[in-house]
Amino acid sequence: MLVIKDLHAKIGDKEILKGINLEVKPGEVHAIMGPNGAGKSTLSSVLAGREVFDVTKGEVTFEGKNLLELPAEDRAREGIFMSFQYPVEIPGVSTVNFLKTAVNEHRKYKGIDPLSAGDFLKLMREKQALVQMDAKLMNRSVNEGFSGGEKKKNEIFQMAMLEPKLSILDETDSGLDIDALRIVSNGVNVLKTPETSTIVITHYQRLLDYIVPDVVHVLYDGRIVKTAGKELVAELEEKGYDWIKKEIEGK
Amino acid sequence: MFTFVALKIRYMAKDKDDIIEDVTGGEYKYGFVTNIETETIGKGLSEDVVRLISKKKEEPEWMLEFRLKAYRHWLTLEVPTWAYLDMPEIDYQDVIYYAAPKQTEDKEWDDVDPELKDTFNKLGIPLEEQMALSGIAVDAVMDSVSVKTTFKETLAEKGIIFCSFSEAVIHHPDLVQKYLGKVVSYRDNFYAALNSAVFSDGSFCYIPKGVRCPMELSTYFRINAAETGQFERTLIVAEDDSYVSYLEGCTAPQRDENQLHAAIVEIIAMDNAEVKYSTVQNWYPGNKEGKGGIFNFVTKRGLCEGVNSRITWTQVETGSAITWKYPSTILKGDGSSSEFYSVAVTNNHQQADTGSKMIHIGNNTKSTIVSKGISAGKSRNSYRGLVKVAKDCKGARNFSQCDSLLLGDECGAHTFPYLDVQNPSAMVEHEATTSKIGEDQLFYCNQRGISTEDAIGLIVNGYAKEVINKMPMEFAVEAQKLLQISLEGSVG
Repeated sequence: MLVIKDLHAKIGDKEILKGINLEVKPGEVHAIMGPNGAGKSTLSSVLAGREVFDVTKGEVTFEGKNLLELPAEDRAREGIFMSFQYPVEIPGVSTVNFLKTAVNEHRKYKGIDPLSAGDFLKLMREKQALVQMDAKLMNRSVNEGFSGGEKKKNEIFQMAMLEPKLSILDETDSGLDIDALRIVSNGVNVLKTPETSTIVITHYQRLLDYIVPDVVHVLYDGRIVKTAGKELVAELEEKGYDWIKKEIEGK
Repeated sequence: MFTFVALKIRYMAKDKDDIIEDVTGGEYKYGFVTNIETETIGKGLSEDVVRLISKKKEEPEWMLEFRLKAYRHWLTLEVPTWAYLDMPEIDYQDVIYYAAPKQTEDKEWDDVDPELKDTFNKLGIPLEEQMALSGIAVDAVMDSVSVKTTFKETLAEKGIIFCSFSEAVIHHPDLVQKYLGKVVSYRDNFYAALNSAVFSDGSFCYIPKGVRCPMELSTYFRINAAETGQFERTLIVAEDDSYVSYLEGCTAPQRDENQLHAAIVEIIAMDNAEVKYSTVQNWYPGNKEGKGGIFNFVTKRGLCEGVNSRITWTQVETGSAITWKYPSTILKGDGSSSEFYSVAVTNNHQQADTGSKMIHIGNNTKSTIVSKGISAGKSRNSYRGLVKVAKDCKGARNFSQCDSLLLGDECGAHTFPYLDVQNPSAMVEHEATTSKIGEDQLFYCNQRGISTEDAIGLIVNGYAKEVINKMPMEFAVEAQKLLQISLEGSVG
């Protein structure tokens, strides 16, 4: 589904991604771990199409299409969803109105008729139940006054509403207590299908106890330096990242 | 006759298609000129020109005297320069002060110039459809002369007078004489004097005692012939216990030369009367380099003459190269109240110095000012407000909120609030906020599949919601459309 070849990206004069290679097949869950500053958030921003980063080299193909050619909104409409680490607030714009616009934009892109107000509300209630989202938050402005946990739940709720092919969860666990973590993870798991894929970016093992990865990568200094199965997670938790750094310097 | 609910639904459905068409269109849609023969007086202003205007309109002697007094006073005045505006010098002798399409008054609607009718259709106000469906009486002003007034007969049954100002001068001289200039004297300011001397036409509306006007009254403006200033004059009188809601909506064609628009609106509300005055203004704002565009210098004022009277101003201003106006209310009657809700957008090189004045004279009077400014491009948007409480005014209450939203980093937003409170029992509150649309907010919307243009539209409409909700529904729809279109290309 997603093929990244030798991806280099910088912000201003600073090169952050120094040759990323990654392949994600339908139905797979990939975890990307690594120390701070490795480029994990940069990778997700570049995939999502944030213009503040410049891609200097490499290719990214999504479902056979050249992703780097598409503007951010088209990448989203093609089926890429990013759950933000720090979801921003949009005062004055209600969550309902925001999501209705988003859902209908996706439908328009695919050539489907927009949802009527009634059908949209039905969809919303269905998805709210699915991911245990508090209905009271719907009429508030997007993320305005939401607690950390509510913001993250709102991200997963939006994911449920938009039904993406590829979800990128950027440090979804940061700022969550144990219960919120469980609810958010449950939401992600419930939405998984053999056709959809997930990239989970995180520091910690705990989230990966709930959202179990098929493949685990370590991102260090702008490159993926190690790829293995889920047993790597426990090893990292035990040994930390220094072990990896030494391994690389040793080579 | 027609059920009001059904009318509104039909009007709404029509507008939805318009929205899609207009938003995808983008360019200033009303940029065209009608080739109707217009009869113009040569350029320049003199006592002879004033007399000629009055003669052409077949005005009575007292009207001519009013104009002449104003003109002579205007000659003694200088252009005011205190506003925070960069204004080119206007040569008042280089302006045409009268242009009327050749049109005889006694024609039937069927005999009206087809090109004229076509102009109205292009502007989106097919009068036939309006007459048959919307239930809104429309007084269409075309280049200084009212072309058609509809529903006169229906309103007349209730004793409501709604006609062109020129007609009112001839058919209702007592009423006009009684109230003209009582709220905005020709001495008030430079442009008021000019308007009082050369005003072309406008609307006159009179609601008798105890009558609630059953439909929204609407006027439609257009500036056409090159170098013609539009000098509208509107007078609205609401007697005791009456109610009227009045809509003013304007468009103008694309021109290179700046065009002067110096209008006067006077409103008088008697005991327990209520007047709602709503405006959607999108005069040609000038091109992206700041060339051309309308100069909109307007004096709008309401007098809450009666006890417990109420005047509400609601405006969405997106056009004009320069906007200079302060819809204001004099709260004379005890217990009277006034509200001012405004969204003013400036983009590219537009400038606005606008706000409101609330003058508290009667006891227990209340006023509310909610001003939302949106600046983009290289524009300059200033709020200027005055809340004045007279020495003997007891129990006055005011709440003012002025918010500025900045798009990009080359525009400016400024606030000049004046509070002049002379009585210790008054409660006056003022709040102000400044905010930006962040790149991270736009990216968040992008990542959900919403384009940047639409995201700005969503965010700006959310910001202006409080004001737009105060408008009559038909206008609210056009206002939302306008906000989005006027901010196109302002991403940053």
